[in-house]
Amino acid sequence: MSPFFQVFNSLIKRELRLAIRHGADSWMVVMFFVLVVVLFPLGVGPEPGILTRISAGVIWVAALLSAMLSMDRLFQTDYEDGSLDLLVLTPQPLELLVLAKTIAHWLTTGLPLIIVSPLLALLLNMEASGYGVLLAALALGTPTLSLIGAIGAALILGARRSGVLLSLLILPLFIPTLIFGVSAVDAALTDLPSEPQLLILSGLLLAGLALCPWASAAALRQAVE
Amino acid sequence: MFNYFANPTRYLRLISKLQPIAMVVTILTIGAGLYYALFKSPPDYQQSETVRMMYVHVPAAWMAMFCYVGLACSSAVALIWRHMVADIVAKSTAPIGACFTFLALATGSLWGKPMWGTWWVWDARLTSVLILFFLYLGYMVLYNAFDEPTRGARAAAILSIVGVINVPIIKFSVDWWNTLHQPASVVKMDGPAVHPSMLTPLLLMAVGYTALYFWILFIRTRAELNANKVRALRIRQAEG
Repeated sequence: MSPFFQVFNSLIKRELRLAIRHGADSWMVVMFFVLVVVLFPLGVGPEPGILTRISAGVIWVAALLSAMLSMDRLFQTDYEDGSLDLLVLTPQPLELLVLAKTIAHWLTTGLPLIIVSPLLALLLNMEASGYGVLLAALALGTPTLSLIGAIGAALILGARRSGVLLSLLILPLFIPTLIFGVSAVDAALTDLPSEPQLLILSGLLLAGLALCPWASAAALRQAVE
Repeated sequence: MFNYFANPTRYLRLISKLQPIAMVVTILTIGAGLYYALFKSPPDYQQSETVRMMYVHVPAAWMAMFCYVGLACSSAVALIWRHMVADIVAKSTAPIGACFTFLALATGSLWGKPMWGTWWVWDARLTSVLILFFLYLGYMVLYNAFDEPTRGARAAAILSIVGVINVPIIKFSVDWWNTLHQPASVVKMDGPAVHPSMLTPLLLMAVGYTALYFWILFIRTRAELNANKVRALRIRQAEG
């Protein structure tokens, strides 16, 4: 195995091990996701018709907010204890190391959201035809959120009031994913084909894979300078 | 050329010559444009008098995108060549662009009420322009979020380059999606679809808005450069 993939793998393993050992972070994201969704039936009233209508949108918005909430930890701890400087100094391209960190971040925060989302869809009285598409759309959409969020997380290192700032920077960039994610599920619920939206989500993911690590790495370099 | 104007003194010398020109062009074209728009151009056969909103709305929307491209280009120059003046230009462009974007959104909303019967619809064009507005706000907040000014400048520059992806989306949103907003009617392959009597004031206003942008930009950049000088003097004074 080439030395590059060794670094790539060991970085992912390190992140996963850290996430498992202080498991609180992943749990908190899932708890937040569930709580936000649970607020909606209490807020708009428990009428099944309304809940069915808004289920896809509520789950997506809650996923967006949870993804954003987990984002500021992505580089912050490494920045504070100095391991980020070491990452930047490794001979391997920083872009791919950023990608490794983003993948690990998605595995520890994005994947749990996808796993609990059918349960939430059940609570919101979603019709059976929407479940498959909801899972597919979240599986394609949440990695994009992690990739875009990594740019924001890298930009705010060392800033004042970084939490609020992060939401201002990345929520506007999350909007395309939200629009197509929700419309895919809505199409499936109204018996229309949802392939076009899923294809656009895949396109966003591929573009994000190609471009986002590059921007995040540029932001990290100027942060540790 | 970039290197030549990296020296603030040379840049200041250039803009002190250009600023009166920009001022005169702004006053003349906006004056003439408003005269043509309000008195000389005919009311539309469908929209009647409300069509006159076009002369303030369309150029503002153009300028919102023009300023963003300018912001991203000067950010890229500032980032790549550590160009101090380009950084100042980017910083000074952001609030002007945000104002144009707000103007485009506000006039569009006022125009939408009589024409579409609603202040706001969530179609692709309106949503993407709203995202543009948030990008401007994010840029300005990020720029000022760091204790060390150069950190903020570089982080905001990267953000502005990432946000460029939104500009083609705004431009082509009316072609890619079925929107309530009408498609492009001036900048088209087969010539403008607007009658000359309406095109004249529209183009006059567009030139006027552009000159206004440069006029304000020159004032703002000079103020920023002077503020930098004052900061440097203060620091030197404090150091004794």
